[in-house]
Amino acid sequence: MRSQIEGSQAVARAVALCRPEVICAYPISPQTHIVEALSDLVRTGELAPCEYLNVESEFAALSAAMGASATGARTYTATASQGLLYMAEALYNASGLGLPIVMTVANRAIGAPINIWNDHSDSMSQRDSGWIQLYAESNQEAVDLHLQAFRLAEELSLPVMVCMDGFVLTHAVEPVTLPSQEQVDRFLPRFEPRQVLDPADPVTIGAMVGPEAFTEVKYLMHATQMQALDLVPEIANEFTQAFGRSSGGLVQAYRSSDADTIVVALGSVLGTIEDVVDELREQGVKIGALGLKCFRPYPADEVRAALGHAGKVVVLEKAFAVGIGGIVSQNVRLSLGGLPTRVYDVVAGLGGRAITKRSLHGLLADVLEDRLEPGRLTFVDLDSDLVARELERTRASRHSGPRAENVIRDIATVGSRPY
Amino acid sequence: MPEQLVKFYQVGSFVAGNRLLDPAERSVQASMERSNTLTSGHRACQGCGEALGARYALDAAMRATGGKVIAANATGCLEVFSTPYPESSWQLPWMHSLFANAPSIASGIAAALKVKGRTDVRVVAQGGDGGTMDIGFASLSGMFERNDDVLFVCYDNEAYMNTGVQRSSATPPAARTATTKPVGDEPGNVFGQGKNAPLIAMAHEIPYVATATVAELRDLEAKVERAMAFRGARYLHLFVPCPLGWGAAPRDTVRLARLAKETGLFPVFEAEHGEVVSVSKIRRPIPVEEYLRPQKRYRHLFGDPPRTDVLARIQEIADRNIRRFGLVDGVPEPADDVMRLIAESERGPQ
Repeated sequence: MRSQIEGSQAVARAVALCRPEVICAYPISPQTHIVEALSDLVRTGELAPCEYLNVESEFAALSAAMGASATGARTYTATASQGLLYMAEALYNASGLGLPIVMTVANRAIGAPINIWNDHSDSMSQRDSGWIQLYAESNQEAVDLHLQAFRLAEELSLPVMVCMDGFVLTHAVEPVTLPSQEQVDRFLPRFEPRQVLDPADPVTIGAMVGPEAFTEVKYLMHATQMQALDLVPEIANEFTQAFGRSSGGLVQAYRSSDADTIVVALGSVLGTIEDVVDELREQGVKIGALGLKCFRPYPADEVRAALGHAGKVVVLEKAFAVGIGGIVSQNVRLSLGGLPTRVYDVVAGLGGRAITKRSLHGLLADVLEDRLEPGRLTFVDLDSDLVARELERTRASRHSGPRAENVIRDIATVGSRPY
Repeated sequence: MPEQLVKFYQVGSFVAGNRLLDPAERSVQASMERSNTLTSGHRACQGCGEALGARYALDAAMRATGGKVIAANATGCLEVFSTPYPESSWQLPWMHSLFANAPSIASGIAAALKVKGRTDVRVVAQGGDGGTMDIGFASLSGMFERNDDVLFVCYDNEAYMNTGVQRSSATPPAARTATTKPVGDEPGNVFGQGKNAPLIAMAHEIPYVATATVAELRDLEAKVERAMAFRGARYLHLFVPCPLGWGAAPRDTVRLARLAKETGLFPVFEAEHGEVVSVSKIRRPIPVEEYLRPQKRYRHLFGDPPRTDVLARIQEIADRNIRRFGLVDGVPEPADDVMRLIAESERGPQ
């Protein structure tokens, strides 16, 4: 059924259609609407049988999800930002134990300074936690990816994060087609756990492993996650056949087959990028885009195949690694080993700053006219004067005070302003 | 009619041996049908109180449920010594995840069992005093307040033994640990810190809270059995001496557990829905010195001259417990409302 619906509501409905048996919830913006909607569905009995646990922290949310999953229940939770970091220890544990939990990450910045708005700092910080990471471009794709995520998680016995941009998607109302229960039941078989806590057949889960076998167990984790490189496209194809629309997969190319310049990105910003590509194409610029739909496992071969012919690759990412620079761009460079491609590391949209078409046109003009140095970290729409003034303050006084407060006072605003 | 003289088969305490008891009253461990939940071959130290306690607690839970128990285990000695790769001593479904999350794991297991209609299968979670009272405390409190159907067993040996005997919030005053060494003005752990986990558990008004020691194993079994008769969150705080961490002889584990109770330092009681319903009485209170002296963690109190001032302060703690919980008949009125007494005690010495 197609309807105008908020992203969070749509995702909650999609999750409910997957018949989760245990949902663990702890509130954090901008993920809250999803778990609120699921709470309603459980309380009204629309989603049954299902146990809904209001826990005391994100760490507990994922831990309870792990206990439930190990007992053979299809299990779901959702989080964002600080919450994802608070469950970091459990993230590694869930993947190490091979528990097929599905979790929505409503992407949000990480403090300090505290910021509730969208970027990818949270999920990028946990890219190596052993979870499969899928990134949704639209609310329709977020819905579709959740259906695929349960298939993927349970077939591989690995946890899956479905990342969707906080507020930009979670709080956006747009037309979304929700499948019927019968369709979902046909697509998603019953959960048959690979391991289960059962008094009839007692197993020990989470035993201690020393140097004798730790390498092998870790190797198997890697090997299992790498199987997703085959399984993700397979499931995406099956999804297309079953639901009549394309969603997910490893990468998605947009007008890039003959492009000299390709912009690489993840998530909702791809829509804006595609619009800018269209506008530049009209001007005769041979430009395209590549969306990374699956970031872990990293589809190195697919990225190389999609980008190898381009002279310039602009990696536009909503997060960066302090002290070195781009995160996605480092991965992209790995795919392009031995090729003369010029890779640009571009950071944009941090802490909810809008990535506008105007900003992108400015950035791409710099790239196309070789005003930007490849390999150097570029911050889109950086207020260089503001930065310079704060650097001057720290030079001028040992006691320059809290940085975030200084900067806010400098721009004389306590709220947001248009960019 | 001539009466046969009763021959008590005693085990060095007031506890009578199994032979004298009606079979129905005998220890789980006396039965060939016991489940050996924590079976032999594990790598606990000689005289490990935790291994003894875990074996009794879990076998009792197994008997009470017809063998249908799933266990969640916090990181710690019990987890390490029972599951060195490629072996496991556990003969029940058992899961270890992290140090801090055993109660949450158990909540998740209980939720899954409920949704699957398997309420015949019960959940026991367990951890040491560090995993329970320190790092896992938020998780434990959450499990309690939701009243999830889990029995949590805390094996309290009063410090972080697995990492090499560091202080926990269960470490008693004056005790030497690797982070509270007997140096400085106040040798050993300081006075006036730490927390009482059973009383905090009671403050959640969960159906059942009990304390026990490995000196009175049938009492322990009975409490596990009682706990399994309730649905909802239950807490068992089990006192388990650690020969390694306490610097005590392995053969003294049971003796020290008994002395901890008989001195009043470890009150043994049961509470239901936030109220104390029974206490294990002390027939003749034993001076704390008798409990402290065999333990090297207190050796600095028995030098020349001995620290009689510190010993007196520890004796005060024992005496206060005796008053507070009514541990000795005839010595002040038994506490009918422990929480009220705590409130009073917080206002200063009486």
